Amino acid sequence: MICQDCKKREAQVHLTQIINNEKLSLSLCKECAAARGFHSPLDNHPFPLAEILSGLAGDTPPVKNSPPGEEMVCKGCGLTFEQFTRQGRFGCGDCYSAFRSRLESIMRKIHGSSLHRGRIPEFSKFEKSEQALPIQEEERLQSELATAIKTEDFEKAVELRDKLKAVREKLMMEDTPN
Amino acid sequence: MFEEMAKSPATWLSGQGDESQVVLSTRVRLARNVAGCKYPTSADSETRKRIVSYFDSVLTRSEILSKGQYYKAADIDRLDQDFLIERHLISPAFLDGDLSKTVLIGPEERLSIMVNEEDHLRIQALSSGLDAQSSFDLAMQYEAEISHHLEFDYDKDFGYLTACPTNAGTGMRASILIHLPGLVLTRDIDKVISRITRAGLIVRGFYGEGSDVLGNLFQVSNQNTLGLAEADILSQITEVAREIIEEEAGARQQLKSEAADMIEDKIWRAFGILKHARVLTSDEVMNLLSAVRLGYVMKVVEFIDISLINEILLLSQPAHLQKYYGTEMDQNQQDFVRAQMVREKLRDTGP
Ligand SMILES: [Zn+2]
Ligand SMILES: [Zn+2]
Repeated sequence: MICQDCKKREAQVHLTQIINNEKLSLSLCKECAAARGFHSPLDNHPFPLAEILSGLAGDTPPVKNSPPGEEMVCKGCGLTFEQFTRQGRFGCGDCYSAFRSRLESIMRKIHGSSLHRGRIPEFSKFEKSEQALPIQEEERLQSELATAIKTEDFEKAVELRDKLKAVREKLMMEDTPN
Repeated sequence: MFEEMAKSPATWLSGQGDESQVVLSTRVRLARNVAGCKYPTSADSETRKRIVSYFDSVLTRSEILSKGQYYKAADIDRLDQDFLIERHLISPAFLDGDLSKTVLIGPEERLSIMVNEEDHLRIQALSSGLDAQSSFDLAMQYEAEISHHLEFDYDKDFGYLTACPTNAGTGMRASILIHLPGLVLTRDIDKVISRITRAGLIVRGFYGEGSDVLGNLFQVSNQNTLGLAEADILSQITEVAREIIEEEAGARQQLKSEAADMIEDKIWRAFGILKHARVLTSDEVMNLLSAVRLGYVMKVVEFIDISLINEILLLSQPAHLQKYYGTEMDQNQQDFVRAQMVREKLRDTGP
């Protein structure tokens, strides 16, 4: 069998994927398989993601027809939805919220589901509260403290210093195994 | 670096554990990202450094993590990188040129954590034989430990968020490395593969120089990471593994009753070449070991041990071979020295 990508070399890699009851078969030579991201036994993406995402290009409204600013853009990293469909990778966690309206159908195509049923992080309840996780919290307070000192906002600096002290005490406590 | 490691067999290839005559190893990998930070491939070097410094702080604060061996990508030379790949402790993507990466290797090499690979953290655990649960438990133990110090990107709909949408949700990929010479010889393998893929799993062969699957080794892993609980993924992979094992046993039975002489000849020839050849490529060794492994299970060459077969399999990989002899070698030298190593390992083995 000849590789369906280059149509030159002998196909050596055969992949069959069933997505939403649609069968997707690929027969590729080693080079073309690598180009599609099927690298090695350790590769973590044994999945024709490009197929799904390029299939989406069809139902994405052409960018030139939509007024500027209407295209979905992630505020966290600046990635546009169109860039995402091309590269198949998100730039940051905020991308998921930014593209949420389109992701549901993508996730269903990939996973057959769009809703998480696995573990819930123990600490998600602390999200953005004063009890945010110590290391990141320490870092954030430290940079805020630096800014407060730089801008001579000493009242705030004192407040931040106390918070920082509390966080560090908490970290010290965690260091001691019970 | 890693000289000691190179001389000792990998724990996850010890030949111990459930179904270890057919399943070489089981791996579970968890992908996690630190909340509020750009993912490694789109992050600037400042952010990547910050991720490493977060992880460094976790190391100093966690008793179990501090026990691991910790390496910076920048300090690992090319041969050592290949060595770690062959040992399944880092992925090829670890070598993409971004030197901010680090890797933590846990006790007995059963655990490794890559920092700044495609996701901020890739936590993986390996077990010998078919053992998805203990691989998962080990990976989870480290994940839980890290989660006490770092907040992970998480969304109530999409679960743990990952750079690639194919990993979102549980962020979990469970895979087994399985040896299927019987199904390859009876040519039933395609049928089995298409049934497994219909069940929502991915099967891949290790391809070598020719069009044959190298060493008759296949990797089976879960395709879906979202919409399933971790326990579902574990039981899915385990159930499918048991089905494949049964089919492989059936194929071997068929070979025994229909072509016993031919199979025996194939096994003995493979053993003879391994024991006496003067030049061997690593692909050749993988294929010959496949026949010998089959021979052991079919009680044709009972005097050889599965753990020895695994040891030779690993040591004959190019980087391992060079580390084992403590010197870099070109292809021709390697093929020569490889045959020598195999002969030494098999010297006291025979009928
Ligand atoms: Zn091709
Ligand atoms: Zn983003």
